[in-house]
Amino acid sequence: MNHLQFLALLPFIVLAMAAVVVILLIAFKQSHTVIQVTGFLMMCGVVFTMWYVRDTLPREIPPLLVVDGMAALFTGLIIFSVLVVGLLSYIYFEEREENPKEYYILLFLATLGSAVLTISRHFISLFIGLELLSVSLYALIAYLRNRNNAVEAGVKYLVLAALSSAFLLFGMALIYMETGSMEFTAIAKAVDTAGSSVLFIMGLGLIVVAIGFKLALVPFHLWAADVYQGAPAPVTAFIATVSKIGVFAVLVRFATAIHLQQNALAVTIFTVIAIACMIVGNVLALMQQNIKRLLAYSSIAHFGYLLVAFLSGDAGVGAGVFYLLAYSITLLSAFGIITLLSTRRRDADELSGYRGLFWRSPLMAAIFTVALLSLAGIPLTAGFPAKFFVLTAGVQEHKWLLAVVLVLTSVIGLFYYLRIISTLFAAPPLIPIKERSLHPFFYFATYTSLVVLMCLLAWIGVYPGFIVENVREFLNI
Amino acid sequence: MILVLMIAILLLGGIVCWLVAQRNALVGRWIALIAVITAFAMPLGWYLRHTPAITAGNNWMIDYQANWIPSFGISFHLAMDGLGFIMILLTFLLGVLSVLCSWNEIRERSGFYFFNLLWTLAGIAGVFVAMDLFLFYFFWEVMIVPMYFLIAIWGDFNRRYAAYKFFIFTQTGGLLMLLAILALYFIHGEQSGGHYTFDYFALLNTTLTGSTGRWIMLGFLIAFVIKLPMVPLHNWLPDAHSEAPTAGSLILAGLLLKTGAYGIIRFVLPLFPEASADIAWWAMLLGVVGIVYGALLAFAQTDLKRLIAYTSVSHMGFVLLGAFAFREIALQGVVMQLLTHGVSTGALFVLAGMLKERLHTRDINQMGGLWTNMPHMGALAMVFVMASLGLPLLGNFIAEFLILIGAFAVSPVLTVIASAGLVLSALYSLRIVQKVFMGQQQVVADPPVDLSVREWIIMACLTAAIIFLGLYPQPVFDLVKGYIGQLARL
Repeated sequence: MNHLQFLALLPFIVLAMAAVVVILLIAFKQSHTVIQVTGFLMMCGVVFTMWYVRDTLPREIPPLLVVDGMAALFTGLIIFSVLVVGLLSYIYFEEREENPKEYYILLFLATLGSAVLTISRHFISLFIGLELLSVSLYALIAYLRNRNNAVEAGVKYLVLAALSSAFLLFGMALIYMETGSMEFTAIAKAVDTAGSSVLFIMGLGLIVVAIGFKLALVPFHLWAADVYQGAPAPVTAFIATVSKIGVFAVLVRFATAIHLQQNALAVTIFTVIAIACMIVGNVLALMQQNIKRLLAYSSIAHFGYLLVAFLSGDAGVGAGVFYLLAYSITLLSAFGIITLLSTRRRDADELSGYRGLFWRSPLMAAIFTVALLSLAGIPLTAGFPAKFFVLTAGVQEHKWLLAVVLVLTSVIGLFYYLRIISTLFAAPPLIPIKERSLHPFFYFATYTSLVVLMCLLAWIGVYPGFIVENVREFLNI
Repeated sequence: MILVLMIAILLLGGIVCWLVAQRNALVGRWIALIAVITAFAMPLGWYLRHTPAITAGNNWMIDYQANWIPSFGISFHLAMDGLGFIMILLTFLLGVLSVLCSWNEIRERSGFYFFNLLWTLAGIAGVFVAMDLFLFYFFWEVMIVPMYFLIAIWGDFNRRYAAYKFFIFTQTGGLLMLLAILALYFIHGEQSGGHYTFDYFALLNTTLTGSTGRWIMLGFLIAFVIKLPMVPLHNWLPDAHSEAPTAGSLILAGLLLKTGAYGIIRFVLPLFPEASADIAWWAMLLGVVGIVYGALLAFAQTDLKRLIAYTSVSHMGFVLLGAFAFREIALQGVVMQLLTHGVSTGALFVLAGMLKERLHTRDINQMGGLWTNMPHMGALAMVFVMASLGLPLLGNFIAEFLILIGAFAVSPVLTVIASAGLVLSALYSLRIVQKVFMGQQQVVADPPVDLSVREWIIMACLTAAIIFLGLYPQPVFDLVKGYIGQLARL
């Protein structure tokens, strides 16, 4: 490994060090606050090194990794999400868990896994990244082990994720058997010369199953609602954003390498999956009374929309990145509100608990409303340009069926977002004010960051040009 | 620039009003009123200074363009011609009145209320001046969200249902329109050799063939006829109108419906002349169905606001009939109809709101003999009821007359049926006066009081407007002559 390759990997090394540093801090019996602040600074360090090395990109580190503009973009998105999740975690776990410190080791390891996915160009690194992510998530989901549904969710995720890993390995093995390589470009070359055989297609199908599990695509979505509901609110936010971004990144890289979008069969399969996601996700969310479950189903629908961009090939990558960015900010602010409203015993996931929130605490309700409007894709929020760009990509590639389904299902989606919003604005019941035991600084910090997120949503919604230009620039690296 | 300022004042005024009203509700109300009046004064003052240029045939009076998202060919393009100016005028006239008529009606959370009111107005004003299709869609959606809140929070008993229905109907249409806009964008881009843009004037040059053109046109048309509304897509309207607060009904009937009609005149007809000619007969048929059906349903209602809502369905049928007749005279009538319907139906909703404030009911069976206690209100109601049934001297007569003349040349049968609808309109209109103001007086403990000064101001403005339009409609014709003339030549 030469100097430049080392430089390109520096952000990921800093990220890996973050977990180690947290272990050391725990060994020296530092407080939760110290760990939190250190973690925050380490993440800032990752962003800083990424910025520092950006001129040396793109750089290949054969055979496993490649650090290019797309990787930088997705990693940046992941780190940004983790920063917010970390902040939310502090007030959440400080209140509920006598032992919140190890949580951060797992959080950073999972982040590392997700980041490795964004730079992998080889089945080995893909698998390592995915396992790093999944194994940390098993523990993270069941972290509040005194709660029944947390343990249930953890076990459910464990079983299904292990199963999907098995599928993934088998698929990789089949492809390796057919092409003699595990590197994406080499696979593509082998397929180009020899044509795709039955076994290759089968291997591809098995990989799609595994990826579908991780992204909670229909029909592999059955775990999503239970895990979203059972996991602690910040972890749910993590699953919904960081883990899915990483998996989506590697999917894009793999698909681009082997020209998946030109394979008629694969396109048909993904089209069916996308349509199923949009319809099933939105329909199942309609009657949900539990906000976390509702967001689980809505995220299934949103990945259906994202697949529309994915299927549009090169034109869609920029749209997909933009969509993920808008979606992450939106979901993080929604989960931020859920975290802030959660009580010591249970998460604030019942819709009835949100009744009249606007009249009790206007700021929180405003943030939540903006987030929901953004999910629904209403102008003035980031969700609108995001959906617009996805539609643009779809129409450009003449994916009319997908575009029409997207439009019709987002009308269904509108219904349940509006249901939450109208609950927020309904006449308030009498509810005792929640006691606050923590240092006010962290509430202040969380509030501030949520307000910043809301402003970001509005800013991107009104002026998406800046982001579009930058995304384009990065993708061209 | 003046157009940008006009919209910005409304948006900023809304925010300031919300913040201030938390401390002092009265100051908040004044801020809202001043913001709308200022925004009103800007285009009006501009017009008074520049009258000669307009009559000289300078079609586009103001044009402002700035880059927004250049990589997608999206620009912040606002422009105003005679048609736009008239719609803006109507918007702000009704805007000022809607602030005035919610002066005492809204007691709770008035800051947020006026915020929503002003943002709705800003969205509507934006729709009337946006000349970039992306921007147009943007404003189209911006006006829906605050309107949703107006209905959902300050509406009547069944408000949540009505608000949902309103939002989902309009959003469905809106998204279909977005698809159509995108399709148009790419077709134009390919035709012009890679010059991708959402600009209205550039897209006008797109040539569309056969079925492609028809599909894209339908995407636009569905969005607009849902707003208009056309039977059978009118379902949301009675609920939304009857449940909304008075100002909400005023804006819905007076302005939101007009955005649909405006969309047809501004976008559907010039962008897709051939495709619209293909479906013209069907559109006129549905317009006539709307005229008769709306009138019949209006006659059957006992809820005063629902009754007035169905009269809108009937009147908007004339718009559809006139717009798809493709005759200059009919199109002039359509523009006239937009104005006069906005004023007269708006006035009826304001009256219904005043009655509800006094009697706490919308059921006309519980009213009756109110003329005794409120002669002034009765007389004013008489004026607008007469306007609604198309009495000469009042604006609606001119509009409907012109539309019928224009349509007659195209399809005599449909026009004859539409004229029969006018007879029906006399039925339901007179029923309002008879049931509410005449007849047996209801015995109530405290008799309702007649109009206050504030209410007098509102009604005086509307009365003056409707009589002026009835006696001297020429300025309106002059203003839109350029645009309508172009349209009729297509």
